[in-house]
Amino acid sequence: MIRARGLARRFTARGRTVDAVKGVDIDVAEGELVGFLGPNGAGKTTTLRMLTTLLRPTAGEATIGGCDLRKDPLGVRKRIGYVAQGGGTHPECRVGEEIELQGRLYGLSKAGALRRGAELTEQLDLAGLDHRLTKTLSGGQRRRLDIALGLIHEPKLVFFDEPTTGLDPQSRANLWEHIRRLRAEQGVTLFLTTHYLDEADSLCDRILVIDNGEIVAEGTPDSLKASVSGDGVVIGVAEDSAPAAAEIAGRLDGAHEVTVTEDLVRFRVPRGDTAMPELLRALDAAGIPMRSMQVQRPTLDDVFLTLTGRTLRDAETAPAGEVAHVA
Amino acid sequence: MLRDSWLIFRRDFSLSMRNPAWIMIGIMQPVLYLVLFGPLMERVVANTPGFPPGSSWAILTPALVIQLALFGSSFAGFGLLAEFRSGVVERLRVTPASRVALLLGKVLNNALQTMMQAILIIVLAFLVFDLDAPFGGILLSLLIVGLTSVALASASYALALTIKNEQAFPALLNAVLLPLLLLSGILLPITTGLAPDWLYTISRINPFTHIVDAERASFRGDVTMDALFTGCVVLLVLTVLTVFWGARTFRKENA
Repeated sequence: MIRARGLARRFTARGRTVDAVKGVDIDVAEGELVGFLGPNGAGKTTTLRMLTTLLRPTAGEATIGGCDLRKDPLGVRKRIGYVAQGGGTHPECRVGEEIELQGRLYGLSKAGALRRGAELTEQLDLAGLDHRLTKTLSGGQRRRLDIALGLIHEPKLVFFDEPTTGLDPQSRANLWEHIRRLRAEQGVTLFLTTHYLDEADSLCDRILVIDNGEIVAEGTPDSLKASVSGDGVVIGVAEDSAPAAAEIAGRLDGAHEVTVTEDLVRFRVPRGDTAMPELLRALDAAGIPMRSMQVQRPTLDDVFLTLTGRTLRDAETAPAGEVAHVA
Repeated sequence: MLRDSWLIFRRDFSLSMRNPAWIMIGIMQPVLYLVLFGPLMERVVANTPGFPPGSSWAILTPALVIQLALFGSSFAGFGLLAEFRSGVVERLRVTPASRVALLLGKVLNNALQTMMQAILIIVLAFLVFDLDAPFGGILLSLLIVGLTSVALASASYALALTIKNEQAFPALLNAVLLPLLLLSGILLPITTGLAPDWLYTISRINPFTHIVDAERASFRGDVTMDALFTGCVVLLVLTVLTVFWGARTFRKENA
């Protein structure tokens, strides 16, 4: 559905050039739900705007839904749906008007647009809101309306830019459900950007991690987590026996990053669950009683940290590449 | 493209009609000029040599109508900036709709709004004041106002999308509009008898001088006048250029 090679975008503003996206390769197969993960300013939105014909790439090429991005942008537009980060509804317009206009701009007849609109409002829990001004909708409703607008022409490929940013937890969970259903029930291929790790983790089949305009890793959430650091383990022992406990932990198969802070010993092992019984026996044999124990599955935050040396939150505050969000 | 233009026009039109108060607020200024400034003109016109023929109302009303187009349509880009911020522009640009249609639909609505306001002012000048103008001339003058509005709104949209800044945009507009207004002889026609040579020369360079002249000529019903012809040519050229500029800006940055 998507095949991009060396897609790049350079912005020039006031004599300063910023390479917002530095040549990315993207492959998305039909029916996949792929997440594009990275901190703000990493180049996610810029890449998405290029793939959706809103921004001309400065280098590289792409085929979207079988149409060449440069030679046939109109063909691309007809085949994709795009739900922008901030939405795209006019505050003074009625819900029904927005849906009808959108459908007709995609070439539907008035009756066709209304029929399809009714279907979508039903599916997205927006029924009965036709006469409401969009500015009176709740954040979750408005986001679902944005989605309805993006789906009006039954595209086989839909792009979501930060679908749940700014939503409360309940609306977020609700939206995830809608996104999963889209794929499950209609076989829609989905490509979404997010800077929420939990979102990428729970929603996506496959994740591309982007940082500073480059794709730094790619894989399923589990493989990404497994490839990097293993599980994080913290055990509590008496302070004077901590160094001894650390030494024992370090002898576990594949244990690394062993550190001691006061009475806590931290380390990583590939499989925390199977390593624990062995550790318990070894500590017992050495006469060191264990006071507490915690095993943490690696998060995508750990992945990001290992890949870039920064946590996702640090990356957000870093100034590098911020110009990438030039609208 | 026509279908898309129509769809965008219909949407903008119904949005405009949702707040008809703005149409009234828009004509407040010209109405105040008619009521509070118009009476002064009668004596001035009678005692000043070299003015175009016709009563003071036939000189003032067409000028006010052009002023209305000048100010009303120039700020059209402001609304576009709001739509840009709320993502509406982006959402429409990702549809297969023709880029030119996205501009034309909006511009046609601006022109229609301006023409509706112009009609209100002309009717007021007829009923309350002593305006006398042929019907055909009025129709032609409305066409001139409509085209002026198309040109200005297109330029305004292009400018707004280029600078994308809600603070700089009105400041820039005011800086450009005031000299354009003063140099077009809207309140007092800039004639050789009245103005020093340099001022007259500058005013002739201003395209709006010719448009105002043409509007006045059509109010007099004087279709053979040189002014009408020159003004219409200037207006057509201006319209083609600004629509081209606007369309190019709407298309820019797309793949």
